[in-house]
Amino acid sequence: MRVAVLRFPGSNCDLDVVQALGTTEGVEPKLVWHESGGLSRFDAVVLPGGFSFGDYLRAGAIAARSPSIGEVRRLADRGVPILGICNGFQVLVEAGLLPGSLLRNSGLRFVCKWVTVRVEDAATPFARSAKPGRLLRLPIAHNEGRLFLPDDELAAVKRERRVVLTYTDSAGKPTRQGNPNGSRENIAGISNGEGNVIGMMPHPERASDPTLSPDGSADGMSVFGALVRMAGGA
Amino acid sequence: MTQAEQTVLGLTLDEAEYARRSLGREPNEVEWAIMDAEWSEHCSYKSSKKLLKTLPTSGERVLVGPGYDAGVLDVGNGYVVSMHIESHNHPSAVDPYGGSATGIGGVLRDVLSVGTRPIALIDVLRFGDIERSEHSQWLLRNVVRGIADYGNCVGVPTVAGEVEFDPSFERNCLVDVACVGVGRKSDLVLAEARHPGDVIAIVGGSTGRDGIRGATFASKNLTTNADSERSSVQVPDPFMKKLLLDSILEALGTGEVVGMKDLGGGGLSSALSEIASKGGTGVEVDLGALILREPDITPVEAMTSESQERMLLIFRQARCEKTTKIFRKYEVPVAFIGRVTGDGLLTVKSSGKTVASLPAAFLAEAPLIERRARRHPLRPLATPVLRGGSASSSLLRLLASPNIAGKRWIYEQYDHEVGVRTVLKPGEADSALLKLPNGKLLAVKADGNSRACSLDPYRGAAGCVAEACRNVVAVGAEPIGAVDHLQFGDPGDEEVYGSFAESVRGVGDYCRSVGVPVVGGKVSFYNQDETTGRPVKPSPVVMVAGLVDDESHVLRPSARGRGDLVYVVGETRRELGGSEYSARVAGKEFGTVPDVRPADDLRTNSSVLKLIRRGLATGVHDCSKGGLAVALAQMSIANGSGMKADLDGAPVDAGRVAETDILFSETHGRFVVSVKPERREEVVDVLGRDHVPSAAIGRTVKGAFEVSVGGRTVIKLGVGVMAKAWESCVPRALGEKP
Repeated sequence: MRVAVLRFPGSNCDLDVVQALGTTEGVEPKLVWHESGGLSRFDAVVLPGGFSFGDYLRAGAIAARSPSIGEVRRLADRGVPILGICNGFQVLVEAGLLPGSLLRNSGLRFVCKWVTVRVEDAATPFARSAKPGRLLRLPIAHNEGRLFLPDDELAAVKRERRVVLTYTDSAGKPTRQGNPNGSRENIAGISNGEGNVIGMMPHPERASDPTLSPDGSADGMSVFGALVRMAGGA
Repeated sequence: MTQAEQTVLGLTLDEAEYARRSLGREPNEVEWAIMDAEWSEHCSYKSSKKLLKTLPTSGERVLVGPGYDAGVLDVGNGYVVSMHIESHNHPSAVDPYGGSATGIGGVLRDVLSVGTRPIALIDVLRFGDIERSEHSQWLLRNVVRGIADYGNCVGVPTVAGEVEFDPSFERNCLVDVACVGVGRKSDLVLAEARHPGDVIAIVGGSTGRDGIRGATFASKNLTTNADSERSSVQVPDPFMKKLLLDSILEALGTGEVVGMKDLGGGGLSSALSEIASKGGTGVEVDLGALILREPDITPVEAMTSESQERMLLIFRQARCEKTTKIFRKYEVPVAFIGRVTGDGLLTVKSSGKTVASLPAAFLAEAPLIERRARRHPLRPLATPVLRGGSASSSLLRLLASPNIAGKRWIYEQYDHEVGVRTVLKPGEADSALLKLPNGKLLAVKADGNSRACSLDPYRGAAGCVAEACRNVVAVGAEPIGAVDHLQFGDPGDEEVYGSFAESVRGVGDYCRSVGVPVVGGKVSFYNQDETTGRPVKPSPVVMVAGLVDDESHVLRPSARGRGDLVYVVGETRRELGGSEYSARVAGKEFGTVPDVRPADDLRTNSSVLKLIRRGLATGVHDCSKGGLAVALAQMSIANGSGMKADLDGAPVDAGRVAETDILFSETHGRFVVSVKPERREEVVDVLGRDHVPSAAIGRTVKGAFEVSVGGRTVIKLGVGVMAKAWESCVPRALGEKP
């Protein structure tokens, strides 16, 4: 299975995602420069984290106007799985492929730490293979990760079961204390209406090697595993 | 005033006279400007070079030592680790956000310059009293934000650091950034122009009027109208830096780049004269080929601008096609500005005319300044007994001292995970630990102790190396190399220069004794409070790198459990002088600072490494600021469990050691180690064979933190209470909810 890792000037988690995907069975990850085209040859696309185009104007805003996003849009329409991580999530939101806006963290500071997220019972093949109810330990690292959705859109997202991941406290409860950035309803990840485009602020690639996680877990691999199953069996 | 006199201003009259005599003529305006930049203290080390040469710089792993952009160590299997340290003190004092950000930019280029990929940043910061001074709070907030915005954007994790607070840094904060890089030995490049005919290019940002004469700005005291110096601060552009990093790392793969140099302090003047002088060649450049930010930049401005995000690359004749294609892809501008010549001259042309022509070797070797040094008087404690109040309240006050307290407020703003290499993260252990591509792990930690250095610069500076070594040993790493950063006031002040000289001797003696080479460093003078005219406390800072050969030796915080035995390793002495306790609790900021015993330290460190490698230790923590009481309390806080300790059995130096000494003395060479009870005999065996004094002094338990001395409980505190004091200090000082 071929997975493209779309690289913009300023992406900085691109190599990390390639490394994590490389350890996923049956996956052949490839870096694709945002101007080089050819995304249609891939079975899934990951938009990695970083500061695309320096996050000038607004996080993800310029990358969302890159020609490659046109290709991503066509793939998304065809049902190809697309995963945006952190800045990649911001790009997908700016491109209108996912709803809402990602605002400055409520603490008004960049936050880098490990958090607990719960896999929600979303109506997507992704959630099903990541096992709803499961708690994952993943790190976040962002300045603009507060997901805002107007009341009506929030209601629609919930009604259509498009919340994929929720920040929780260590006991698995979506409390205020467990919410690192002030996102509405502790939402850490959502999908589009069709369920094949997913954005999340936590970094699964940074939780893909037990030696790198504080508690020896590698929960990020279940995120990539779900993406792969989705691409293979959706 | 004649034109020549005006441009001579940064140079002393002796230097100007030396220049005229050596050249046999009156230099022109551009030439004076070039000399002013290259002969600034910042670039030339003219006050420090003689002493720096006494540092031990060689070792079996050392591939590149001091004198280049970064030191390089061989870590085996064809891989190397590079390291360097820089500061941006004056820029940060006037513009904390821009100053700290561009400081990172500089050190990243240094590591890139030798052909290695930057993989980690380490920050060492000094501010005034943040509990009382709003100015210092403003500096801290913005320095941290500057480091975060820049470091996070370029995608290099900030993995470790050290922060101290003292009123002497009120106006002149210290902002040091160290960087480590990794690469293949076969890909190393040097900042040398060796072959006449080679082509010189400048890649990256455009040349503008920012940072003009920045090296000169760094080489004098800050003035009271520091606001007018903001134009001496460069403008940060982390996005351009990221493109520069990515494109140059890709370009290095082509094999076309034969030399590389960072454009930092002294701008083009410094870079060009140094590559020519190191390569034994000359260079000729045409300023008309530079990419300028503004059209009417004069040759003087072009030669002294310190605009950021620029690198100098050298190619073999015209063989640079693959590289230029890469720069086109990243939209990174490239300007071919000249070539390497055989005439030994730095020749600068502008609009078809030669505007400067100076021998490169003459430029690169500034006339040294003989400084006078005076030993400053040591101030022993008048009374050996310090009074503080109850041991419990003293411990709480120390845990809530900004110098000891947790720094989560700072490190959570830094991306310390990007690059997927960070095995031990900020707050988890005494050093950061990073995965290397050869399967080994690299430990890095920087330490300083400005108060100890102000009381006794020799012991203080040697103590910084000792502490940094202990910190890498505590994560199971063998120290392999160090870089130092020596920060002082005006070297013209005999006492300041005296403490500089003693610090260099302290660092050198200790490093020599323990076999750790100093592979690079930096000197920053003229750090003083412009309102009082007082210099900052002498602030040598030392970063030590260490190597762990096997991933299975990593001590995980999660491996610790209740019921572990707690050992104190190393002797405690009556050494409260200059301690955090004497300053914060007893209110006496003087005394005889702890001595260093490198031979004992070597034995203790190697014994502790054995415990870790044989899997006998579940946790190891260095004992330094705040003494044993703080080290044990921190271990308790980190484990989230209580402890019952009886310090009567702890090894002490022959002679009487009072309760306060055993609790708070900052004697070097000590660790606290937790072990599983069933491994007790093996632990005793290892330490005993190595003749390292040690004793089991307690156990981790459920419940409170309790310490007894002299048969009675002197400290009894809830772990939550201690954790709160330790965690909430910094946010509270900044007026935020912890």
